[in-house]
Amino acid sequence: MLTLAHFLTLGAILFSLSVAGIFINRKNIIILLMCIELMLLAVNMNFIAFSRFLGNLDGQIFVFFILTVAAAEAGIGLAILVVLFRNRKTINVAELDDLKG
Amino acid sequence: MSLQTTLLLIPLLPLGGAILAGFFRNQIGRVGSHTVTILGVGLSFALSAWLLLQQINGTLDTVNITVYTWMVADGIRFQIGFLIDHLTTMMMCVVSFVSLMVHIYTIGYMRDDPGYQRFFSYIALFTFSMLMLVMSNNFLQLFFGWEAVGLVSYLLIGFWFNRESAIKAGLKAFLVNRVGDFGFLLGIAAVLLTFGTLDYAEVFAQANSAIGQTISIPGGMEWNMLTFICVCLFIGAMGKSAQAPLHVWLPDSMEGPTPISALIHAATMVTAGIFMVARMSPLFELSEAALSFVMLIGAVTALSMGLIGIVQNDVKRVIAYSTLSQLGYMTVALGVSAYSAAIFHLMTHAFFKALLFLAAGSVIIALHHEQDMRYMGGLRKYMPITWLTAWIGTLALIGFPFFAGFYSKDAIIEAVAGSHRWGSEFAYFAVVAGVLVTAIYSFRLLYLTFHGKERFEVVHDAGDHPPSGQLAHAPKESPWVVTVPLILLAIPSIVIGWMTIEPVLFGGWLDDSIFVLEKNDVLAELGEHFHSATAMAMHAVYTLPFWLMVSGFAIATIIYMFRPPIADAIQNRFPFLHRLLDHKYYFDEFYQKVFAQGSVKLGQNLWNKADAGFIDNGIVNGSARLVEWFAARIRRWQTGFLYDYAFAMIIGLIGILAVWVTMVPGR
Repeated sequence: MLTLAHFLTLGAILFSLSVAGIFINRKNIIILLMCIELMLLAVNMNFIAFSRFLGNLDGQIFVFFILTVAAAEAGIGLAILVVLFRNRKTINVAELDDLKG
Repeated sequence: MSLQTTLLLIPLLPLGGAILAGFFRNQIGRVGSHTVTILGVGLSFALSAWLLLQQINGTLDTVNITVYTWMVADGIRFQIGFLIDHLTTMMMCVVSFVSLMVHIYTIGYMRDDPGYQRFFSYIALFTFSMLMLVMSNNFLQLFFGWEAVGLVSYLLIGFWFNRESAIKAGLKAFLVNRVGDFGFLLGIAAVLLTFGTLDYAEVFAQANSAIGQTISIPGGMEWNMLTFICVCLFIGAMGKSAQAPLHVWLPDSMEGPTPISALIHAATMVTAGIFMVARMSPLFELSEAALSFVMLIGAVTALSMGLIGIVQNDVKRVIAYSTLSQLGYMTVALGVSAYSAAIFHLMTHAFFKALLFLAAGSVIIALHHEQDMRYMGGLRKYMPITWLTAWIGTLALIGFPFFAGFYSKDAIIEAVAGSHRWGSEFAYFAVVAGVLVTAIYSFRLLYLTFHGKERFEVVHDAGDHPPSGQLAHAPKESPWVVTVPLILLAIPSIVIGWMTIEPVLFGGWLDDSIFVLEKNDVLAELGEHFHSATAMAMHAVYTLPFWLMVSGFAIATIIYMFRPPIADAIQNRFPFLHRLLDHKYYFDEFYQKVFAQGSVKLGQNLWNKADAGFIDNGIVNGSARLVEWFAARIRRWQTGFLYDYAFAMIIGLIGILAVWVTMVPGR
């Protein structure tokens, strides 16, 4: 029998994976974007789990919004990435430190 | 003309002259400037003499009027007013008479000087200030006059302002006087604190109420209030009247033109301190300790400064040290409560010391501004009037019977002998030994200047500024504007003592201004033995001072007339003593080392350590450096890497969540 805890645990594992991906990855900015997507999906997993177990559809509607925003975000993120690559000739995260004080 | 108008005119006429001669010097020219100032001072002398005459006739009582109230603050009135009693008129006559003589003399002395009008403006301004000082009826105006004469003295010492030594001498006079004035100001403040008024009459009336009051001074000591007031006031007098150890400015003030040395630094301004103490006699009388202090300072000055006079070579400096010594005599007289004797000596001294200075000035003109006595000698035959008047001045100074100085100095010596004040034995020794010293340096001056061999040679092509010992032409007697004042001053130098000793010292002439406690009244004791001025002079041959004077004369005559090598022999025999006197007891060196260099060093330390070190480097640059240091650490956080910012966000998120989970109630 699958309980709420199982879904929440899966969500937490996915979220932790994505956080770890952001920190551990020092090379590829595309992986960073994928990690952010995964993070959103982990949140979605939580929403759907709560929605199903509490019998409230609001959570599933929220998921649609999040998916929409995630798609837009991915589009804009990739567009920025392309422009960045044109300017810097690299997408290596370790070299993108223009904000350094 | 009302009395008040007369009193106002006396100081204001010289002031008017000073303004005209000073601000309109180009419009009125040289003749104009000396005319207006001489007219102003002459009229003010005439008015003063007229007042004195009225007092002698008994038609003028003591006048104490206020002419103007400047302001009233917290019940204390700041006023300008005049207190005209016998002491005041006497001072007024002396000041305006000597000033008048000096004005006339200046026409000759400063003839070729480009600052002619400026000089007349200054001396007239001095006369105004000095008259304000002596006529005052309150401490505020006294202080005004006190500072004003100090200012004019400064201006006149530095009159030749392109001469480095003159500037330095002026500065020195100003600074040393400032030390004294600080004490004086403290004294006035203490008077205000104790009596709540600045008016003489009110202060003196309450003087007895201050007996027993004390004041705590730094160091945790309790001082008698009256002693404190008197000592502070006297410190002011020490500055102005050049008493040891604040005497160092007076010899240097000889950098100024000679008429100034005569008027300000011998006859009048330097006696302001003596006058002030005499005026404050109702206060001083109540403090035995302060009077002892006054007496001892005077005694030290009288003897030690006379000794320096023996080794000086500059003719003006010898007279300057003589002035110091004579001021010491006056101070001793104040200290033994013989205020009248001090004022009497002040008056006679004003005449004969002005005479001596003007005679020295006459010699200096004749020798083209040569002041070193080693290049003089034998001037008697070239300038007979100057020679004769200088002899008269010298005889008056050493106290030769019947001359003015004899009466005043003898009265002081007798008064000291009769005093029982603590330390009066030492003071007696000092003033009696001073007589011998006075005679030696006075005759040394006369012999080196007017007698003996000529130690200068006439070199016709020597030019305007020949080296020492050379002259372009033979010295000649000075013009009448110089000799007439000499003669006019010589007359009182002979007769004034004989004429006035009886009323001034023993006739109670000054009783309306000077207060002496009965137990201190040494002059009253002397008065019992006094019969007449002539008898007093006749009696002199039976007294010690007379024979000391004669032996001084003999010593000087033998050494400087007949056996000059003796002087060198003594000098070589006692090199230490000579060096001590030649360096004026190392006062200047001491002040230079301790106070001048000390304050320079203190200033440098404050600049280097406190200002540049602490404030600039510590507070101003330090705060900047602190920010820089802090920022340098903070900026490490700003790596510019995306994942670091994300990490910070996560940490922040977790932190906020943790707070929310644990803290927010009702969850």
